[in-house]
Amino acid sequence: MTVLLAIVVGGLYASGLFLMLRRSIVKLAFGLVLLGHGTNLLILTAGGVVRGRPPLIPKDGGVLEAPPADPVAQALILTAIVISFAVVAFAVVLLHRVHRTMGSDDIDSLEATDP
Amino acid sequence: MKVLLVLPVLVPMATAALTLLAFRREGIQRGLGLAGSVVQLVVGAVLLRAVYRGGIPSTQVGSWPWPYGITFVADTFSALMVLLSAIIAVATSIYALSDIDQERRTHGFYPLMHVLLMGTNGVFVTGDFFNLYVWFEVTLIASFVLLVLGNERPQMQGAIKYVAMNLISSALFLTGIGILYGSVHALNMADLSLKLPTLAAPIRTTLAMIFLVAFGIKAAVFPLFFWLPDSYHTPPVTITALFAGLLTKVGVYALVRVFTLLFVSDRDSTHALLLGIAGFTMAVGVLGAVSHREVRRILAFHSVSQVGYMVMGLGLFTMASLAGAIFFVLHHALIKSNLFLISGIMHPHGKEVRLDREGGLLARKPALSACFLVTALSLAGLPPLSGFWAKLLLVRSGLEVGSQRAAAVVATSLVVGLVTLISMTKIWNEAFWKPAPAETDLAAQPNGTRPRVFLYVPVVLLTSLGVTLGFSPDPLLQIVQRAAAQLADPTEYVHAVLGDRAHETPRP
Repeated sequence: MTVLLAIVVGGLYASGLFLMLRRSIVKLAFGLVLLGHGTNLLILTAGGVVRGRPPLIPKDGGVLEAPPADPVAQALILTAIVISFAVVAFAVVLLHRVHRTMGSDDIDSLEATDP
Repeated sequence: MKVLLVLPVLVPMATAALTLLAFRREGIQRGLGLAGSVVQLVVGAVLLRAVYRGGIPSTQVGSWPWPYGITFVADTFSALMVLLSAIIAVATSIYALSDIDQERRTHGFYPLMHVLLMGTNGVFVTGDFFNLYVWFEVTLIASFVLLVLGNERPQMQGAIKYVAMNLISSALFLTGIGILYGSVHALNMADLSLKLPTLAAPIRTTLAMIFLVAFGIKAAVFPLFFWLPDSYHTPPVTITALFAGLLTKVGVYALVRVFTLLFVSDRDSTHALLLGIAGFTMAVGVLGAVSHREVRRILAFHSVSQVGYMVMGLGLFTMASLAGAIFFVLHHALIKSNLFLISGIMHPHGKEVRLDREGGLLARKPALSACFLVTALSLAGLPPLSGFWAKLLLVRSGLEVGSQRAAAVVATSLVVGLVTLISMTKIWNEAFWKPAPAETDLAAQPNGTRPRVFLYVPVVLLTSLGVTLGFSPDPLLQIVQRAAAQLADPTEYVHAVLGDRAHETPRP
C-alpha cells in the first residue's frame, strides 16, 4: 500500500511540475492543484498508513489498541487542504484577471511590455 | 509575560478586524491603521526588553503540553524582528496616509497590511514547524492581494511570477514537513533540534536541501531570486517598502532559524553551500543593479545582493558572524524601506523613475536629497553609518574563520560593496545632480491635493534612526550579540520550550 501511494505521490509531483513548466497560465493553475494534492498525500503516507484502526479508545477498553492511525498527519493535511484551497481560489481569480488584462493565456506574452 | 508572546500576533489581528468593520469609513481606517502600528511598536519594545532582561519566554497555546500544544517562543532574535516589523509598519502607515489612493483604500489596503504584519509576526514568535508554514501562508496571501491591488498591467506581470514561485516554495516547504514528520514524528522546533542528530545522514541532508530551496525562494537567494526584481517595482511605493522591509527578511529569518537550530550537524557541507550561495547572490544582485536604469529596479536588485550578506553571516556560522547577519538584517530593512519611500517622493506622479528622464532634484528638493545621500551611503557601507558596522562585523568574522572559502566570500563582499557605491552614485548623479532635462515638464507638474508632509515624516524618521544606529551602535551591538549567542548555542532556547522534559524522548 505504501509503495503504491509513493508511486502516486511521485506521479502527482511529476505531472504537477510538468504542467507548471508549460507556457499556458491555465496549465500553471492545474499544476499547482496537482502539486498541492501530491504534498497532502505525501504527508499522509509519511505519517504511516494504517488500515481500519482509528485513534479512538473503545468503550469497554482502557487503552488504545496499537498501532492506531496517526491523527496528527491527518490534522496537518486538513489545515493544508484549507490553505491550498484558498490559495488556488486566489490564483484562479488572478489568472482570470491576467487573461482579461492581457487578452492571452500565454506566459511569454506577459514579457512584451517589460522595459 | 505569556500574553506578551501572543500580543505581536493579536494586535495586528485586532487592527485588521477593526479596519474591516470600518470598511466604508476611510478616515477611521487610516486612524486605526496607524494606531495599530504604534501599539505594535510598543508591544515590540516591551517584548524585547522582557526577553533581554528575563531570558527566553515560551508558552503553549491552550496549556497543552509540548508534543501536543503549539509553542510560542521568543528569543532575542525573534523579539528584535518583531520590533523591526513594527518600525517598518509605523513608517509605512504614515506614508500611506498620502501615498495610497482612494481606490486601494476602499479595496482593503489597511486590513490586508495588518494581516501581512500578523503573518510575519507569527513567523517570528512560533516555535512549531507546521505553524511556521501556516504563518507563511497568511503572509503570502496578504502579499499576493497587496501586490495586485489596483489591477494595473505591470502588476499583473509581476504577480504571476511572484505567485507561481511562492506557491512552489510553499509546496516544497510542506513536502519537507511531511518527510520530517514521517522520519522523526516531531514538529516542535526545540524537540526537532534534539531528535534530528539521531536521524540517518542521507535523510537529514535531503531535508536540509528541501528547506534550503523552499526558504531560499522566499529570501530570494541565487539562483532563485528572479521573481523579486520583476515584481517589486510594480505596486505603489508604500507596499513595495513594506515588502522590501519584511518579506525577504521572513525568508532569511526562516533560513537562520533552521540552519542554526536544526541542520547543524553537517556544517562542512550545508554551511559551505550557504557560503557559496551567499557569494553568488551578492555578486549577481549587484551586477543586475548596475545594469538597470530605473530606480526601483535598481533598489530591488540591491535587495537581492544584500540578502547575500545575511546568508554569508549564516554560512560562516561563528557567533560574531551571526551577530553580523542579524545586524545586517535590521540595518537593511530600515535602509531599504527608506530608499523605496524616497523613490516615491522623487517622482510625484509617475510610477517609474527612469534615470535618463530625471534631474535637478538637488535644487528642487534639498531635504530629500540629503536623506537620500545619507541612506545611500549607509547602504554602500560607508563609515560611520549603520551599513558600515554590519559589514565590519561580517568581514572581521570572515577573516577570523580564516579558511579559503571564507576569504573568497569576504573578498566578494568587499568588491560588491564598492560596486554598490558606484550604482548608488549613478542614481545620485543622474537624478539629483545633473540639471533637469529641458523637454520634461517635471517642474511644472502640480503636486496634487495630497498633503506632502506625511511623505516626508517617515523618511526623516527612518533616516535619523539609521544615522543614530551608525553613530552609537553600542546598545544595538550588545543586543545583537546576545541574540547571536542564543542562536549559536540553542541550549537555552530548547530548555525554555521543553523545560525539565528536555531529555525525554516521548514517542518513537
